[in-house]
Amino acid sequence: MSAVIPVAHLQTLRMSIYRFDPSVDEKPYMQDIDIEVPTDKDIMVLDALHLAKAKEPSLSYRRSCREGVCGSDGMNINGKNGLACITPLSEAVKRNKLTLRPMPGLPVVRDLIVDMKMFYDQLEKVQPYLITKSDNPDKERIQSPEEREQLDGLYECILCGCCSTACPSFWWNPDKFLGPAALLQSWRFIADSRDEATEERLDDLEDAFSLYRCHGIMNCVSVCPKGLNPTQAISNIRNKLINRKRN
Amino acid sequence: MKVSEVINAKDLPVIDFDGIIIGGGGAGLRASLQLAESGLNTAVISKVFPTRSHTVSAQGGITCAIQSDDPDDDWRWHMFDTVKGSDYIGDQEAIEYMCSEGPKAVFELEHMGLPFSRTEKGKIYQRPFGGQSKDYGKGGQATRTCAAADRTGHSLLHTLYQANLKAGTNFLNEWFAIDMVLNEDGAVVGVVAFEIESGEIFYIRSKATVLATGGAGRIYASTTNALINSGDGIGMALRAGLPVQDIEMWQFHPTGIHGAGTLVTEGCRGEGGYLLNKDGERFMERYAPNTKDLAGRDVVARSMAQEILEGRGCGPNADHIFLRLDHLGPEVVHKRLPGITELSKTFAGVDPAVQPIPVVPTCHYMMGGVPTNLNGQVITVKQGKDTIIEGLYAAGEVACVSVHGGNRLGGNSLLDLVVFGRSAGIHIEESLKQGVDLKKASFDDVDKALERLNRLNSSTKGEQVPILKERMQQNMQNNFGVFRREDLMLKGIGELNDSREEVENIYLQDKSATFNTARIEALEMQNLFEVAEATAITANERKESRGAHARDDYPDRDDDGWLKHSIYFSKTKEVSKRDVNFRPNTVQAFQPEVRTY
Repeated sequence: MSAVIPVAHLQTLRMSIYRFDPSVDEKPYMQDIDIEVPTDKDIMVLDALHLAKAKEPSLSYRRSCREGVCGSDGMNINGKNGLACITPLSEAVKRNKLTLRPMPGLPVVRDLIVDMKMFYDQLEKVQPYLITKSDNPDKERIQSPEEREQLDGLYECILCGCCSTACPSFWWNPDKFLGPAALLQSWRFIADSRDEATEERLDDLEDAFSLYRCHGIMNCVSVCPKGLNPTQAISNIRNKLINRKRN
Repeated sequence: MKVSEVINAKDLPVIDFDGIIIGGGGAGLRASLQLAESGLNTAVISKVFPTRSHTVSAQGGITCAIQSDDPDDDWRWHMFDTVKGSDYIGDQEAIEYMCSEGPKAVFELEHMGLPFSRTEKGKIYQRPFGGQSKDYGKGGQATRTCAAADRTGHSLLHTLYQANLKAGTNFLNEWFAIDMVLNEDGAVVGVVAFEIESGEIFYIRSKATVLATGGAGRIYASTTNALINSGDGIGMALRAGLPVQDIEMWQFHPTGIHGAGTLVTEGCRGEGGYLLNKDGERFMERYAPNTKDLAGRDVVARSMAQEILEGRGCGPNADHIFLRLDHLGPEVVHKRLPGITELSKTFAGVDPAVQPIPVVPTCHYMMGGVPTNLNGQVITVKQGKDTIIEGLYAAGEVACVSVHGGNRLGGNSLLDLVVFGRSAGIHIEESLKQGVDLKKASFDDVDKALERLNRLNSSTKGEQVPILKERMQQNMQNNFGVFRREDLMLKGIGELNDSREEVENIYLQDKSATFNTARIEALEMQNLFEVAEATAITANERKESRGAHARDDYPDRDDDGWLKHSIYFSKTKEVSKRDVNFRPNTVQAFQPEVRTY
């Protein structure tokens, strides 16, 4: 844990945390864990979780980089999806209470850990890699700064799952609707001037569910911890599909 | 068979692969890509989903003479800089290989789709980084670090993951490797590992095993490293009786955010940022008159620590330095450094386009590691002679090939991991096609790899992980930091010695099987401890100052005694010396000179 906590200025924070261990619990429950947090310094939700785990070693959650770039610790923080490591208590805590639940819409493995399989499966469906047909040049493929700029706001995705698990369309049809994260990746490659499979990519999205189940609710935009805009990416794909039909 | 039971090797189910790669960061994914494309039955075993690996946090770039910024740039100049940066204990044949093969490896990444930033001509954007020069140090600052804004590691790791998906690599994601299995000849024939989610445990048998487990910065209290950087490969190697090389060499990055430890890229200074003390003085002009803020990282980190020690630190406690960027203008800051803008706002509450960032030297990179040759094959030393360990490879931060020697240059870690991940993959492919015949492991051999798990599962009392970890991290921070001296190091070694038994007999309170992170943290703690102890003992033995290893009691470099690699075995806790390679193939070796910037 990185936070240095002076002993003198502490106050109690009640955390209410979703607990479920399939080997012992018949059903999930909420557990209150009181921790001591500094009053004169903001700490992150992840730091608070470390303090809770020191009291309750069986408490489980994913974490890695602790700086918002690896996407491990997506969870539902007082009702809103976000990354624990870059959400400060000053922002998250309401009425001196912090409620943490796993991201909604995916099966819970244990405590705050969800089974991301459906999320990754949908990602793989969009063929999230550069497809080229021409031979590779000896050096780099040329891409102008303007062409490269088209990838800004897309390539930064960290696959945390906050967006897709905040999306009602994904909750209802997680097997058929690709979800905002996968569709953002789809557009990331369609928008790449170096990619040579745009038509095939669009063909794959031409059914009633994969893309068109997006109803523009925009939960994805409001929760994305990286400030990305999957709804815009989805509408860009839509426009591309419509224009293709017209031509 | 569940990881929560006490387990006998003869009951353990077996899975077979041609090759396995332990670790899903840049080095592991570059190696696995090579193997997947060759059609061999291979798997990546990663304790996190691969894009959560620490490569994702690399920011500034990948240094390589691709001649984009300067058409006359030369890999030999890059080689010279790297040798000098290493304080002359980097192996010159390995550095020659990395710098000359580098362009091929970087263009491959571009072909895979890495979204590099671009020049006006549409080529890969390069920025200046520390320790870079033209014309063997005589032509001024070079501009050699290829970048995707300040998210190069993220871009590289995701691109490699994408390329592996395309190639059909098998992934065992969220699996944890406990220990390697060695046969009666001492060859590595696989690993005991478990699926974290289900707790199912297996002996994964393999003809080739690659350690690509990254670094171990979490031995220190303050580090830029991810929480997962627990030196798992180092722990496995030392327990298997294999050595580590130059493990005392730890890089302290000049610019970790004060208090949080998160990294602020050297690219900030490459783009024109500079450091200030409390008097507003650009103090690096005093320490490194020529290259100033772009001197080697060890030099800059020491200068900052010196300023703080002499009372010229910033802030109410005079305990940090300011990194100034606002003069670059919001355009440059937001376009070239968007990631550090985010991090500074989140972790320091400052917008670097307006205010300086409070920074402090922070543990960042392990230059040492498991010694290997250019093919990534792990080497041990027997009666003073290099001996290859059959079946075992290492690449990336866990390995010491050695291209970084006593001090790594910025941007060279990403190059190291793609070049040597690739070369390990190529060698495995060739040797497996020729046929590898290693003796099967006996049940006894496999039981050895189960030992520490069984001890943990049977524990009924003892110390818990958070207390042991905190104690070790404070010890390393206080006694093995930027400046070192014998009395403090001996005190630190004593404290580690006192802890060893407790670490070997950690009390695991929660013995459940499903996604039990307490068990993983206990296994990681034991790995961290191996790294800490190896670091401590070796640091005390190297009685000189070289690269990142700066001793108050031995302030000078001692080329007569220590122009050598250190080699450490944990079983005997003895340190020996190994020759540095001064035999590059196509250029004259660079001879040691006084290192100034």
